[in-house]
Amino acid sequence: MTVDTDRIPLKISRYTEGQTTDGYDEYMVPYNEDWVVLDALNYIKDYVDGSLAYRWSCRMGVCGSCGMMINGKPKLTCSAFLSEYYPDPIVVEPLANFRVERDLIVDMDDFIHKLDSVKPWLIEGDSVPPANREYKQTPAQLAKYKQYSMCINCTLCYSACPVASNEPEFVGPAAIALAQRYNLDSRDSGKEQRLDVLMANEGVWDCTFVGECSNVCPKGVDPAAAIQQAKLESALAYAKSLIMPKGNK
Amino acid sequence: MRSIKHDILIIGGGGAGLRAAIAVSQENPDLDVAVVSKVYPMRSHTVAAEGGMAAVIKPNDSFEDHIYDTVSGSDWLADQDAVEFFVRTAPSELIQLEHWGCPWSRESDGSVAVRPFGGMQIERTWFAADKTGFHVLHSLFQTTLKYRSLQRYDEWMALRLLTHDGRCQGVAAMELRTGRIVPILAKAVIMCTGGGGRVFPFTTNAAIKTGDGMALAYRAGVALKDMEFVQYHPTGLPGTGILITEAARGEGGILVNNKGHRYLSDYDLGKPLPIDHHDHPKNRTMELGPRDRLSQAFIHEQTKGNVFEGPHGTYVHLDVRHLGESYIEKKIPFVRELSNNYGGVDPVHEPIPVRPVVHYMMGGIDTDIEAATTLPGLYAAGECACVSINGANRLGSNSLTELLVFGAQAGRNAAIFAQQHGISGENDLLSQTQDEINRISELLGNRAGDEKIADLRNIMTSALEEGAGIYRNAEGMQKACTTITELRKRSKNLKLDDTSLSYNTELTSAIELDFMLDIAETVTFSALRRKESRGSHQRTDFPERDDDEFLKHSLAYNTDDAPRIEHKDVVITNLPPAKRIYGGGK
Repeated sequence: MTVDTDRIPLKISRYTEGQTTDGYDEYMVPYNEDWVVLDALNYIKDYVDGSLAYRWSCRMGVCGSCGMMINGKPKLTCSAFLSEYYPDPIVVEPLANFRVERDLIVDMDDFIHKLDSVKPWLIEGDSVPPANREYKQTPAQLAKYKQYSMCINCTLCYSACPVASNEPEFVGPAAIALAQRYNLDSRDSGKEQRLDVLMANEGVWDCTFVGECSNVCPKGVDPAAAIQQAKLESALAYAKSLIMPKGNK
Repeated sequence: MRSIKHDILIIGGGGAGLRAAIAVSQENPDLDVAVVSKVYPMRSHTVAAEGGMAAVIKPNDSFEDHIYDTVSGSDWLADQDAVEFFVRTAPSELIQLEHWGCPWSRESDGSVAVRPFGGMQIERTWFAADKTGFHVLHSLFQTTLKYRSLQRYDEWMALRLLTHDGRCQGVAAMELRTGRIVPILAKAVIMCTGGGGRVFPFTTNAAIKTGDGMALAYRAGVALKDMEFVQYHPTGLPGTGILITEAARGEGGILVNNKGHRYLSDYDLGKPLPIDHHDHPKNRTMELGPRDRLSQAFIHEQTKGNVFEGPHGTYVHLDVRHLGESYIEKKIPFVRELSNNYGGVDPVHEPIPVRPVVHYMMGGIDTDIEAATTLPGLYAAGECACVSINGANRLGSNSLTELLVFGAQAGRNAAIFAQQHGISGENDLLSQTQDEINRISELLGNRAGDEKIADLRNIMTSALEEGAGIYRNAEGMQKACTTITELRKRSKNLKLDDTSLSYNTELTSAIELDFMLDIAETVTFSALRRKESRGSHQRTDFPERDDDEFLKHSLAYNTDDAPRIEHKDVVITNLPPAKRIYGGGK
């Protein structure tokens, strides 16, 4: 911490179960240009108000725990530097489009369920190599799905998604990107099963090309592209099914 | 009080825990498995591992070489039977993970690619760019989702092991969402909670790495083994301690002091080859020496005044500029991202400031080659366990492999144990849970306390850094022991601001502090008793390795007072103790 007495105001959303009105607490935190918003939260928790509740762990942008709304935008607090905001106040709120559990902690159950629903595991086909041999996969084949494998499940994309805010059933950007991660993997044979899940809900068709999900992704994943690919493939599969009913391919 | 019952209970949802869970189902799909984790599994710290995972797969490699590298890297403190099992099982475990979808980096012919790593004679480190741990963890987590017999307790914190009839039969765990404490009973329990690097102030470890599982086993009477061996990784970013992977050196990065000199050549690590030489980087030489030796070299350079001074302390330069932008983007993109975000430099254009940082605990719960502890029904795997394959110094890229090999081993053996035993003495197990509820209620309701968690934590971490850092001596360690003992008393008098039950993260911090004090005391007291220098345990007052007295594991047992330290022999099979030689030859 610098000896400089320079400080920056943080306005933080507070919530405890049963509370009926929106509440914010304001804290003045020492300004340090090396600090991220998470450092400021830790300072508050350690030295000002131990009751402030939030999730965090790796503090290096890979565990996906510390997503919050910072001045209205979904961000990882470990990657949002105070210097981006200084000297203006920083408003910290829980991720939008999720039910709040406590202060800055949101309910993740629904997201975890959605992730699970797209069958995000490798579904074997007919040609599995023996137990002592790897699948051959060229760098070009790896490149096809690699970016979709980079999702850290931080759920910032759900907070940014206009469809997710209106249609809670929408399986959502990260889960669809994960489905595509396996659909595009040369080792996988489960695409048909996953498309059925993706298309079971109307939500996906409401997704426009806004691409907010891809804009906020801290890892450069492009869920919007995954959704558009899924729509296209689904439409093709549908057209095909009209000609050749399932089980008769 | 209502209990929850499962056949097998796994504590910790990182790489080892998830591999164990799948292994149980592979062994016997009828067994029902529970995973208790204080974070959602994909948040587990396995996610932060970067460089890779060692296993012999290429035709130019051999089991014997991997065994030799691991044993010599351990400064002969590893148990050689365990190392042999580890090395021989590693390839099938990694291929299994490949079949589960792990996106390994590839050669142009589609086979899995390998890279060189510190202390290894041959390139045998599999990698997924430089986010290997992230991909390993997500592949494992996603694979577990297809096993419907697996029930997860995400964001539940383990508080106390429940034992009856001389067997471990469950855990008292707190659901963080509600604060309720519930006995989760099982026929066998597997501990997979990872390390405890947070007992030090400057660490690569995530906030959750507070040694919970080690402390739980210690309190249940199991020894913590070789706790004095703490690995400093030579290349962390000053200030944050964020890890810059050894893969940066495996791909050809060099370490340079403030005179522009590749100083490792002054520390018995061989001669520097020019960066454009076809043999650079040379295995087991210079930048590809073992972590203990590289971190020690930094301290000598600091004493000589050959380091840079910055706002976050001293540092040297890790230079990867000669690799070029496209190669850096392909092989070590995360190094670039982290250096840009947290180091303020783009390694394509500038050297990265780095210094040694606490990274890994070689020590842990005393387990054998079966991943079993001395408490029947309790198994352990991963960083929280000490088999030991790592001895006095772990080689980079052996720990991710260890998660799989011994996670699977623990899962299989726990499954067998669970089929031979039932749950007994339920009233006793519930009564132990009630004791735990009372203890936590007292902590939560202590209005008379006047100690702050952060204050005690800061004193503890400073004491460890000063007393049990890279170089140690009796006086410093004794002082650290005294400080930890005092903190024990002061920690009975904590005052919490937060009185709520839902996500009371101040309460969880208090519980973690209590766990960390257990880890801290086993580190300092074990270190004080080991009067020699070996691997990561270097004493200025006993600078030589002493095989006559200390070719032995330390065992720290919990008592009402200071830990009781005992020793037991190291298992030697084919490699009698010898001098560790790097920089050419064996």
